[in-house]
Amino acid sequence: MTDTVSHVPRRTIPFAQEAGGALAIAALGAVGYFLFPDDLAFLTRLIGISFLVLSLDLVTGFCGIATLGHAAQFGVAAYAAGIACVRGVTDPLALLGIGIFAGTLMGLISGALIARFRGLPQLVLSIAVGQLVAALANKLQWLTGGSDGLSGISPGKVFGIYNFDMYSRTAYLFSLAVLIVVFVALTRFVRSPFGLMCRAIKDDDLRAKMIGVAVYPRLVIMYGVSGAVAGVGGALTAMSTGVVGLDSVAFERSAEVLVMLVLGGAGHLWGALAGTVIFMIFEHIVAAANPFHWMTLVGVLLIGIVVFAPRGLIEPVLSLFARFRKGRAS
Amino acid sequence: MRLALSILTDAVAYGMALFIISIGLSIMMGLMRVVNLAHGAFAMIGGYLASYAIRDLHVHYSVAILLAVVGTILVSIPFELLLYRRIYRKSDPLIQVLMTIGITFLIIGVMNFIFGPSLKTIALPPLLSGPLDIGFRSIPTHRLFVIACGLVTALALWLLIEKTEFGIKLRASVDHSGMADALGIRTEIIYAATFALAIGLGAFGGVVGAEILPIEPFYALRYMVTFLVVVSVGGAGSIMGALSASMLLGLADTTGKYLAPEFGEFFFYLTVIFIVFLFPHGLFGRSHA
Amino acid sequence: MTNLLEARNVSLAFGGLKVTNDVSFKLAAGDRVALIGPNGAGKTTLVNLITGDLAPTAGHFFMGDDDITSVSIPERVQRGLVRTFQTTRLFANLTVADNVALAVMQRKGISKRFFSSSTELPEVRAEWREILGNLGLDRLAYRKVIELAYGQQRLIELAIGLALRPKVLLLDEPAAGVPHDEAPKILDAINALPADIAVLMIEHDMDLVFKFAKRVLVLSAGRLIFEGSPKDVTADHEVRRAYLGSYADARRVD
Repeated sequence: MTDTVSHVPRRTIPFAQEAGGALAIAALGAVGYFLFPDDLAFLTRLIGISFLVLSLDLVTGFCGIATLGHAAQFGVAAYAAGIACVRGVTDPLALLGIGIFAGTLMGLISGALIARFRGLPQLVLSIAVGQLVAALANKLQWLTGGSDGLSGISPGKVFGIYNFDMYSRTAYLFSLAVLIVVFVALTRFVRSPFGLMCRAIKDDDLRAKMIGVAVYPRLVIMYGVSGAVAGVGGALTAMSTGVVGLDSVAFERSAEVLVMLVLGGAGHLWGALAGTVIFMIFEHIVAAANPFHWMTLVGVLLIGIVVFAPRGLIEPVLSLFARFRKGRAS
Repeated sequence: MRLALSILTDAVAYGMALFIISIGLSIMMGLMRVVNLAHGAFAMIGGYLASYAIRDLHVHYSVAILLAVVGTILVSIPFELLLYRRIYRKSDPLIQVLMTIGITFLIIGVMNFIFGPSLKTIALPPLLSGPLDIGFRSIPTHRLFVIACGLVTALALWLLIEKTEFGIKLRASVDHSGMADALGIRTEIIYAATFALAIGLGAFGGVVGAEILPIEPFYALRYMVTFLVVVSVGGAGSIMGALSASMLLGLADTTGKYLAPEFGEFFFYLTVIFIVFLFPHGLFGRSHA
Repeated sequence: MTNLLEARNVSLAFGGLKVTNDVSFKLAAGDRVALIGPNGAGKTTLVNLITGDLAPTAGHFFMGDDDITSVSIPERVQRGLVRTFQTTRLFANLTVADNVALAVMQRKGISKRFFSSSTELPEVRAEWREILGNLGLDRLAYRKVIELAYGQQRLIELAIGLALRPKVLLLDEPAAGVPHDEAPKILDAINALPADIAVLMIEHDMDLVFKFAKRVLVLSAGRLIFEGSPKDVTADHEVRRAYLGSYADARRVD
């Protein structure tokens, strides 16, 4: 093994990676828009969920926190945006802001409880927090609509111009645009000093303490950021579907997004998107036919991933990419 | 007063049902360090087998229990050989969570395919159905049966673990696995036997607790979290822990459901958060290095 | 002159067993102290007590005039108390550059930034390049740590320690497990440490001890049984008793 510099990550063009990512998503989005104009409602929902999966990636893929309660951030933001809209706030950007705020708050609270421990206690706490929020959503019927859900959410025009139409065109394009912005920001964020430190904490948190890092506050802050991202998704989903139900805070939702993340591959951001797309499309097709067959399929899929591809499906793709770039550099 | 007694009997019966099912998981988590979210699924299989045995094979309740336990253990063997062995003692709970959620989904799908989506009742024998007069009050006989089963299980397990050779080897493997290996204790056999024990207990609990925890395909998902929580709160590997956690949580949940039903499981999970924060490794657990 | 680090009557007891028994010592600027003792004497335990990994059941630690006994681990590091690990603990999936850069950024207080790309900040880059260069590791900068040879990993442990600009550096067996031909590199690096810091090194390799230490502390069964110059160590009666001839090639002073 020769001791040569194997890979210099110096970017010759600033923001090249971010621009590439934005273009890729925009291209995929265009494919969806033009090839499946009748399924835009489904695709919009898909984008909404992808925010939650991205947010889960931040805490699980980048910080190594095992959580089965992440839907709480999403659901709380969806309810917050929905309730605000029903009570008169109709500007979509304002609703987005409310969702971000609510998601961040929930994220900080969750983080404060969950990041306190590692391993099994952490997992159990995450479940408990998620279930607590779910129970609360059910109880506060006057606010959330309880098991009937919150309906009649009709947001106003985007930028005062674009109405949310019946074919979900506005919803889709709006969500897509927000996804691009958020994804670019996250790409930048995970390579920041803060992001790198979180990855280090995931590798060895004692080591991180030994270089003077107060681990717990960092993780809580990361949870807050994660909550913000989930909040975006929650608000967008509330706006585009017009309803918010208990399913947005259910344990099943938390488990589902974990599956999506692991399917795609945690720790790469792209894995989160890939996993969401693959899972949701399969669900759309198979679950409509027979929900129990879908369960069996997901079960087999999960077992398969753990046994054969624990780092997710996108890992081979990304390493191919990396080798390509390394080959170019030398 | 009448209400308090109702709450108490229901809570204790519910707690005992939880205990019988969860103690298997507790032992498994204590020994093999597996976060087995599929434990409820195996308990469910036990319930399904018993229901089928009584309904279609027309056997007596006690025979049905036996068939259910043995049948579930047999079904679990391929899972243990092919899948669980890969995740024993892995330090990352995420992999275990994913694998066992996958197994749960698989079992739900297959159970539904075989038995259909409807709720399955397990017909009680005349001896156990109906109320029992204990002097100042009538209590459903079945509740007492469940409580009795729970106590017998706890005692039997205690005897097994403290007084038998298997129990000694089990404890050695939990506390000092490397040492146990060196002493020639075949840990894979201990693991397999423990796994069978855990599954058997789960199936047993699934059958006797079927009045309280009804058998239908989503049972595995509905109570997945509950059993895990009981074990975590009590401390993995501790009979006393599982017992006290089951009782405590059974009480919290039942009281909540009687007095403030709209709150659902709010108080249950609030208790959980409280306890986990104070005792991260459970009330009777020990932290493992 | 205030001491950079002082331990005063520190004890750690588990039930009736005193793992660390009434230990007191002082480290001043420029000190080069070796901590030796038979296996099981409690050397790593003592280091864990100093860093805050373990809390003493009696006694206090001071840095300068400040009592740091109840100060958290990260805070002690921020005050200049740094240790390296006996079994290498690095951020395995990150590159060498990342590992050192993180320490630099943490020290400079910029590790909380949400934006700006981490390792490529000019001032950070200059620093980690210099540190790695001094240790002859700069060609490995962009390799993942898990891909490196063990001896190289030990050097990176040292690099991280240096990046934190410690006032007191605790080295836990820095040459442990390093192949014999790579050990001189480690020694060179240790000898090139800034003159004004205090260094406490746990070592079994007596050659290394004699080449490095100006003072030696001997720990046996949790107690400090000797403190003095390397020359006098081997002659001391108590020390000989503790080791009971396990130092066949120790230098004898007749």
